[in-house]
Amino acid sequence: MAKIVLKEKLSDTVYKMKLDAPSIAEERAAGQFIILQIDEDLGERIPLTIADADINEGTITIIFQVVGMTTDELSKLNEGDDIPVLVGPLGTPTHIKKHGTIVCVGGGIGVAPLHPIAEAFKAAGNDVKIIIGARNKDLIIMEEEMRKIADELIICTDDGSYGRKALVTEPLKELCERDPKPDMVIAIGPPIMMKFCAETTRPYEVYTEVSLNTIMVDGTGMCGGCRVNVGGEVKFVCVDGPEFDGHKVDFDNMMARLNSYKEIEQDKHTCYIDSMYEEKKL
Amino acid sequence: MSYQSPDILSANAKKILNDYIHNVENLKAKDRLKIPVQDMPAQDPIVRGHNLEEVAIGYTMEEARVEALRCLECVKQTCIDGCPVKIDIPGFIKHIAYGEFQNAVDVIKEASLLPSICGRVCPQETQCQENCKVGIALKDVDKSVAIGRLERFVADWEREQGNVKIPHVKPETGKKVAIIGSGPAGLVVAADVRREGHSVTIFEAFHKLGGVMRYGIPEFRLPNDIVDEEIDTLVKMGVEIKKNYVVGRTRKLNDLIEKDGFDAVFIGTGAGLPMFMGIEGENLVGVFSANEYLTRANLMRAFDKKNADTPIYPSKIVAVLGGGNVAMDAARMALRLGAEKVYVIYRRTEVEMPARKEEVAHAKEEGIEFNFLTNAKKILGNEKGKVNAMECLRYELGEPDSSGRRRPVVIEGSEFIIDVDTVIVAIGNGSNPLIKQTTPNLETNKWGNIIVDENQKSSMDRVFAGGDIVLGAATVILAMGEGRKAAAAINDMLAKEIAG
Ligand SMILES: Cc1cc2nc3c(=O)[nH]c(=O)nc-3n(C[C@H](O)[C@H](O)[C@H](O)COP(=O)(O)OP(=O)(O)OC[C@H]3O[C@@H](n4cnc5c(N)ncnc54)[C@H](O)[C@@H]3O)c2cc1C
Ligand code: SF4
Ligand code: FES
Repeated sequence: MAKIVLKEKLSDTVYKMKLDAPSIAEERAAGQFIILQIDEDLGERIPLTIADADINEGTITIIFQVVGMTTDELSKLNEGDDIPVLVGPLGTPTHIKKHGTIVCVGGGIGVAPLHPIAEAFKAAGNDVKIIIGARNKDLIIMEEEMRKIADELIICTDDGSYGRKALVTEPLKELCERDPKPDMVIAIGPPIMMKFCAETTRPYEVYTEVSLNTIMVDGTGMCGGCRVNVGGEVKFVCVDGPEFDGHKVDFDNMMARLNSYKEIEQDKHTCYIDSMYEEKKL
Repeated sequence: MSYQSPDILSANAKKILNDYIHNVENLKAKDRLKIPVQDMPAQDPIVRGHNLEEVAIGYTMEEARVEALRCLECVKQTCIDGCPVKIDIPGFIKHIAYGEFQNAVDVIKEASLLPSICGRVCPQETQCQENCKVGIALKDVDKSVAIGRLERFVADWEREQGNVKIPHVKPETGKKVAIIGSGPAGLVVAADVRREGHSVTIFEAFHKLGGVMRYGIPEFRLPNDIVDEEIDTLVKMGVEIKKNYVVGRTRKLNDLIEKDGFDAVFIGTGAGLPMFMGIEGENLVGVFSANEYLTRANLMRAFDKKNADTPIYPSKIVAVLGGGNVAMDAARMALRLGAEKVYVIYRRTEVEMPARKEEVAHAKEEGIEFNFLTNAKKILGNEKGKVNAMECLRYELGEPDSSGRRRPVVIEGSEFIIDVDTVIVAIGNGSNPLIKQTTPNLETNKWGNIIVDENQKSSMDRVFAGGDIVLGAATVILAMGEGRKAAAAINDMLAKEIAG
């Protein structure tokens, strides 16, 4: 059980919460995540990256976008409420060391998990360039936090409402063409964005790490539901990952697996909306 | 075995008991051998294929007493040799024959702590019942005294009386013991160590306790209430429980000892690493490990499609790969979740199947289709990456292998295709490496199983282990047996320290 000690709305659908979780705060490292449930009996387990932690306060920060049933219900909880199931930190921490120049690419909500990683790479003495992308200005998050870390910050929006009107792959390509080219790229965001970031850097042979957000159940390597194909080998994202070499990940398979339950969830969602509608009518 | 309704079975038992009850003292072996084995009453196969209620209903009082009369009270009690925890089997059965059910339970509990669970899930036909002289005399292990059903009967009887006693806990010693994992091994260590007055904390990764008994074995075979009751007893004894706590992640094992001051640690983390076939198509949408499928259905309650948030794949035709209890559970669960057709695909023949015999019989009654001497070659998918068929190969039995079982040999050119939309892989579990990876000084063998001595002590000071993490995927009773041994060693070690 973990109490929500702070709740902030970052945009229309994006929320930030600080949770009271001293043991997780103490153990976590950049790149790791938690799993939570909104209801101990009937809730589903969803993974969320730990965006930040404060050992003295004993808190961790999560940032999430409302995309389904559980994130919707989570967004309705308030400061002082308890999250009944919270477990972590899970996953293998990011391997932080000095590489030289690192480009960090964050798409949409992916900026949240990217933040502690960028911070750690900066602290390790790297030259950190950051690209943030989103569909529009409202969906850009954590710009200030990132600006503090970045040696160079590029912001793009799909509709041009803020920063450059471009997809993140455009500035990424330009950075790869510079001499010297970056030593490493880290891309975190929607699967399709990570796939195209990996395709962008492939011809330049710049090692590109991606952080995968597959379906998960236990988060401890017990079920294999999170498995992905990496360079022809089966890997479990919850224990072997979440970070992998983007040039080796079979993104098409991963995206198909992510949609395993789409139809059911849509049905359920419609049911849910129907029932709310009926309740109001009563 | 063909299905007979509980009413008929119960009426028959009443009649038989009436015939014998006045003459129990004088029953000769040959009279006893004539008493027919009492079938386990079960829900109607068609009805139960659509619900999660327990399939086996349990004996009536008369059925239990009749079955108990079949025991010959042998001088050389071979049944006990077959029992991993050496329950005094003829001793408890005799009490049942006389209707002294509380005495019967007390006899069992001297050796076993979880009789209502073991009575339900032990593979009796390869343990006590395999050795039973009645079965040997009648040349049919199915005709052995139904020891497991009797064990279950008295354990259930005690619970239904509301009589279950909370074991006495000795005065606090000030010693602290950490137990990692709440499967049968961990639960038994908790009970035995707590009784000596040591403080006990169970750390469990999941949000519910019981290990495989909760997330793996379905309710139609082992109702949650029964597991809950065992845990409730531990709580009443003062055992502390920390859920959602992954040792190795939330805290390192070494820190439990060095920073948190635990005097001993027991690792009972189970097997918990699903094996896959390594064949083409295994990552397609619609392929699941049995662990995932059963965890969704049981622990996450996805069978309750209306209320649970966790979804389950909408399967019509399911192939389950494997022949153990896990495969049976997955197949029967798929049926209950609405599959129209469920195949079990097993490489060897029915004789070699490791599943409990009763489960195989139940699965057949429910309409599960068995394909023996068959194995999957590759899984085929459609343009959306979803399973739509599976290519299989036929096998024949060749020479015996190292396990003594005849090795299945592929028949070249025997490929054939079956239409399926779901494949559940149930070919076994390896050991989960999470603790090992974060505890470098813990020694394991090449399969990742923790190496222990005859007292279940690991290579690390104060650290003990038992159950599937030591044995590889095994059984509830073996996990329990190892737990009891470990607890005795821990109690011993702590007693010596207290005595100075
Ligand atoms: C589907 C299925 C059906 C089965 N049917 C039968 C049967 O009919 N009869 C039979 O005798 N046996 C059966 N078995 C096998 C039996 O369930 C196991 O042998 C037994 O449960 C092993 O007990 P255990 O205590 O060693 O571990 P488990 O029951 O596996 O429990 C281990 C517990 O430890 C927890 N854990 C793991 N890692 C950590 C960590 N790092 N930190 C904290 N907690 C952790 C797990 O979440 C789990 O709760 C079946 C197994 C399965 C999967
Ligand atoms: S071997 Fe069978 S008949 Fe003999 S004592 Fe054991 S249970 Fe009874
Ligand atoms: S989520 Fe179950 S193995 Fe990764």
